[in-house]
Amino acid sequence: MLETYIPIFVVIAGGIVFGIVMVKLNEWLGPRRPTDEKLSTYESGMEPVRTARERFSVKFYMVAVLFILFDIEVVFLYPWAVAFKELGVAGYITMTVFIVILLIGLFYVWRKGALEWD
Amino acid sequence: MIVIRLEDLLYSAPLLVLTSSGLLALIAEAAGRDKPVISYYTSLIGVITSLILTFLNLGAGVPVFNNMILQGGYAAYCNLIFLSSALLSIVLSRSYLERMQYHRGEFYVLIVFATAGMMLMAAALDLTIVFLGIELMSICLYVLAGFMRKKELANEAALKYFLLGAFATGFLLYGIALIYGTSGTTNLVVISRSFAQLSGNSLFLIGCGMLIVAFSFKIAAVPFHMWAPDVYEGAPTTVTAFMSTGAKAAAFATFVAVFVRVFDIPGTALSSVLALIAAASMIVGNVTAIAQNNVKRMLAYSSIAHTGYMLSGIAAGNAEGEQGILFYLVAYTFMNIGAFGIVSWVEQQEDRKLKFDDYAGFSARQPAVAVLMSVFMFSLAGIPPFAGFFGKYYVFLAAVKADMTWLAIIGVMTSLVSVYYYLRLVVLMYFCEGESDVAAKVPLAAISAVTLAAVLVILLGIYPSLLVDMTKGFFKI
Repeated sequence: MLETYIPIFVVIAGGIVFGIVMVKLNEWLGPRRPTDEKLSTYESGMEPVRTARERFSVKFYMVAVLFILFDIEVVFLYPWAVAFKELGVAGYITMTVFIVILLIGLFYVWRKGALEWD
Repeated sequence: MIVIRLEDLLYSAPLLVLTSSGLLALIAEAAGRDKPVISYYTSLIGVITSLILTFLNLGAGVPVFNNMILQGGYAAYCNLIFLSSALLSIVLSRSYLERMQYHRGEFYVLIVFATAGMMLMAAALDLTIVFLGIELMSICLYVLAGFMRKKELANEAALKYFLLGAFATGFLLYGIALIYGTSGTTNLVVISRSFAQLSGNSLFLIGCGMLIVAFSFKIAAVPFHMWAPDVYEGAPTTVTAFMSTGAKAAAFATFVAVFVRVFDIPGTALSSVLALIAAASMIVGNVTAIAQNNVKRMLAYSSIAHTGYMLSGIAAGNAEGEQGILFYLVAYTFMNIGAFGIVSWVEQQEDRKLKFDDYAGFSARQPAVAVLMSVFMFSLAGIPPFAGFFGKYYVFLAAVKADMTWLAIIGVMTSLVSVYYYLRLVVLMYFCEGESDVAAKVPLAAISAVTLAAVLVILLGIYPSLLVDMTKGFFKI
């Protein structure tokens, strides 16, 4: 049973060895002309101004939590959509209940003002 | 093709009614601002209706929803524990939260959803449902533990509980994965049929061990108890009452459902592991409780000790043990929630009046409340004729019958130790001078809730057979 996994282990081992060899080769053979610009942190073209380790608003956390909540919904909706015909009426009713419960949650979140930034 | 039969819905009516009431309370809370009373009454009606429906459902257990959950029988019996715990906590919470200025409608919604999770846990016939129930319950409890969000201790409690709880959930999932990997199914009934072959498989045993770790965390058994004193101290007192009764009973209900009903543990290594955990919980819980000055912390350590007593029933794994735990859970729920209820009456804002000394001379000003508190303390100490005595009697009897006399001896010795710290409170109330009193006028509903708990503690102590006969047929699958 384990033998079937040998090719996968070979690929993983090959990948690790190839990666290390390439990085080391680059270090030995490549020219190095460092400047301040090159050594600074890459920030998608923006100029890094100060440290990233500082306190930030809890609102970001709120948005992240809400995003995950409603993102997970899709994880359930997608397989249901694929197997819609096989699951039949019972599946339709079950998912409707699920979505209604989520909608109640959305209503709560909305009324409590968690969707507003200020 | 999914099939949902009408019977499925009818048998799970208590669960459905409870969940709907929680959703209604949530809508009410969102629609009308600053009227937590609506949410209070909605969840109260939901819990009471669910309680009545559960009484109608007490007959034989029926597997519903494609053998995913069991309704009636064992599940109904456990639901009675969770629902009464929720009912008493909700009633006690209102005046307490108003006094602490944290009265919000979400509180009741969270209690109701946590109770729904507990009901799923007790009803589970499948490891995925066990996981679902535990998470539903735990996530609500994490929030409830930090409900007084401006208090530092409450924040610490919630974060500690959340982080350690997430870790325990990890163990649960790894355990389920290993059991699924070795047995090819997550259905507990199917696993129990092939338990004889599987018990030789070391991966399967590791999976079971991980389940033990996860459950031991939820019931706060030594050495997985570290969170309990801090969380019980930081959480609002009525939430602590709910956590230490309902949530503990739910974790025990799943523990029993998985390990006693399904796995045939007597004589295996699992049984000795459970016996060791039980012994450690009894010793550590009782000995540490002596050193406490805070009543909530004392009750937290005492709850660890009670976990140990109940675990010896699971370790014994015989019929007496199973019935003993089920009886003990009911007795423990009522005596503990009563004790915490009275603590919540005495407590004042900013964690004042939580020390032992704050009870000095209590009987002079509140003789009736002092009597109630003494009933709970005597019952927790296991002194007849209160319910706590028979709980201990049954589980120790089970341990002796399973050739674990040493466990019963440790149990009795540590119970003796516990008498010291329970009676210390009684002595302070009756024989010392002091100015202690309840914090404000306690409403009639809260008084009747605690009185009801005391009456049940005495009634079950005199007629334990009322419950024990009910539990006889639960473990035949």
